Amino acid sequence: MTDFSRLGVAAIRDGVAKGEFKAVEVAEALNARVSAAKALNTFIVETPEKAIEAAQSVDADRAAGKPLGQMAGVPIGMKDLFCTEGVQTTAASHILEGFVPTYESTVSANLWKAGAGMLGKLNLDQFAMGSSNETSYFGNVISPWRRNDGSTAALAPGGSSGGSSSAIAARLCPAATGTDTGGSIRQPAAFVGISGIKPTYGRCSRWGVVAFASSLDQAGPMARDVRDCAIMLESMAGFDPKDSTSLDLPVPAWEAGLNSDLKGKRIGIPKEYRLDGIDEDIAKMWDNGIAWLKDAGAEIVDISLPHTKYALPAYYIIAPAEASSNLARYDGVRFGLRDLPEGAGLQDMYAATRAAGFGEEVRRRIMIGTYVLSAGFYDAYYTQAQKVRALIARDFDNAWASCDLILAPTAPSAAFGLGEKNADPLSMYLNDVFAVPASLAGLPAMSVPGGLSKEGLPLGLQIIGKALDEQAVLNAGLAIEQRSGFTAEAGEWW
Amino acid sequence: MSVDKDTVNKIARLSRIAISDAEADKMVGELNGILAWVEQLGEVDVTGVEPMTAVIANKLRLRDDVVTDGDVRDKVLANAPAKEGSFFGVPKVIE
Repeated sequence: MTDFSRLGVAAIRDGVAKGEFKAVEVAEALNARVSAAKALNTFIVETPEKAIEAAQSVDADRAAGKPLGQMAGVPIGMKDLFCTEGVQTTAASHILEGFVPTYESTVSANLWKAGAGMLGKLNLDQFAMGSSNETSYFGNVISPWRRNDGSTAALAPGGSSGGSSSAIAARLCPAATGTDTGGSIRQPAAFVGISGIKPTYGRCSRWGVVAFASSLDQAGPMARDVRDCAIMLESMAGFDPKDSTSLDLPVPAWEAGLNSDLKGKRIGIPKEYRLDGIDEDIAKMWDNGIAWLKDAGAEIVDISLPHTKYALPAYYIIAPAEASSNLARYDGVRFGLRDLPEGAGLQDMYAATRAAGFGEEVRRRIMIGTYVLSAGFYDAYYTQAQKVRALIARDFDNAWASCDLILAPTAPSAAFGLGEKNADPLSMYLNDVFAVPASLAGLPAMSVPGGLSKEGLPLGLQIIGKALDEQAVLNAGLAIEQRSGFTAEAGEWW
Repeated sequence: MSVDKDTVNKIARLSRIAISDAEADKMVGELNGILAWVEQLGEVDVTGVEPMTAVIANKLRLRDDVVTDGDVRDKVLANAPAKEGSFFGVPKVIE
């Protein structure tokens, strides 16, 4: 009997299409795995009936000889930042607990249209603010990975898409949606040894996705290999008139275009990413990545992105500023939590509701954002950050004169333990040092497994591409995947 | 620039987030830590640089000024924490 947990998106889709097995069999098998893995806390809500319903519809279409979609029969996890009609959507915050959208996000609707089914809503950092999945109101997500020293210390699955990364690495689902504001797809993918791509800003509609920082938020797929990411991204992307920043461009056939021959491609290696005191395992993995891309026919060139060190501080002004504005909508009036102390007026109700509903990190970021946008400080902080952002984007534009893609580590370290970094917000923020520049510039960027650390934990290689050139990013990812020989898996201890 | 407790209380008020005295004290240190760190942006020469407003060149689309949605009152009210008839319910604001 087929172990459906071992099949990826392409294998499930092709097996269903060929009639080797039924979509319902896959959905049943994965529903069972999801419900047996509660120790990982990856799902906030399980929706086994949704997975079965979608699978039945695919099986019926096949029996009737109807054409099947690109994700037909593939059960996936949905990050709980995407509004799903009739299914609670929380952004992992108490303030949205019990919120049941009366509409469907464009990205999730696109996936259901392509024949995918929903196993449930995946846990995340609250409002996608975090790098370790420790800010969720619904508890920490645990990575299925453990260090190879026999310790049972719980490790972070990365964040904010930590439920997505953990569930895929634990083979509860072949793929899941993620969102990336400052690394939230790539860093969790790196931490658990899977792949994930953040497309060019504007490729995937933001409509119906709970907003964090609108000029940065982008949805993307996470899966166990590059082909699966290409398939899923094709299903997710597309022009949406309901999102004013949606790109009115056709969706390329990324899967059909996959080609790991990199002859003629120039890969830039940014010297500013080779930080003083860079982790030895990370440096070695990066060198391996360079060798693999050379082997695939690419030419390696040294490049400079001079404003790299200013990306994180600029991000931590811009993202909180946008968040403080976006999260103003949670007022206890129209949806979500209301905290109305005895005898309180409207203003007190707002303040009490938001104090009770938002977690500590969310409150901190709203307050930073409010401060940098307040009268007298706007130019010194916000305008300055937006100018620096323009310089960071210009750095990339200049780099494209001498290279087609950029290769760098995804994160500065392997996964850390839960509780190790959350005492100091700054040390957590620094984990996104390699991921944030591409976010600020709106560029497509992908993480693929690059090897293991000395502790036996996965490390990720990041490929950054030119705007709209997801194909080149995916192709380089494929070239690495074919050479890295990455087959390590987390033991099934849960 | 650094913030004191009064400033923290003012930011909290502007943010419509109730904070206790102890939380305000803690926040003074945290905000100052973060603000001191972002201060390094001041050393970047931005002469002649326009602040970025869009990462990917895109024109703002206009559409015809016609009704394209609406008539979904019950859906709009479906998640209200308090409603009265077809209205959102709020505490009394006018004496």
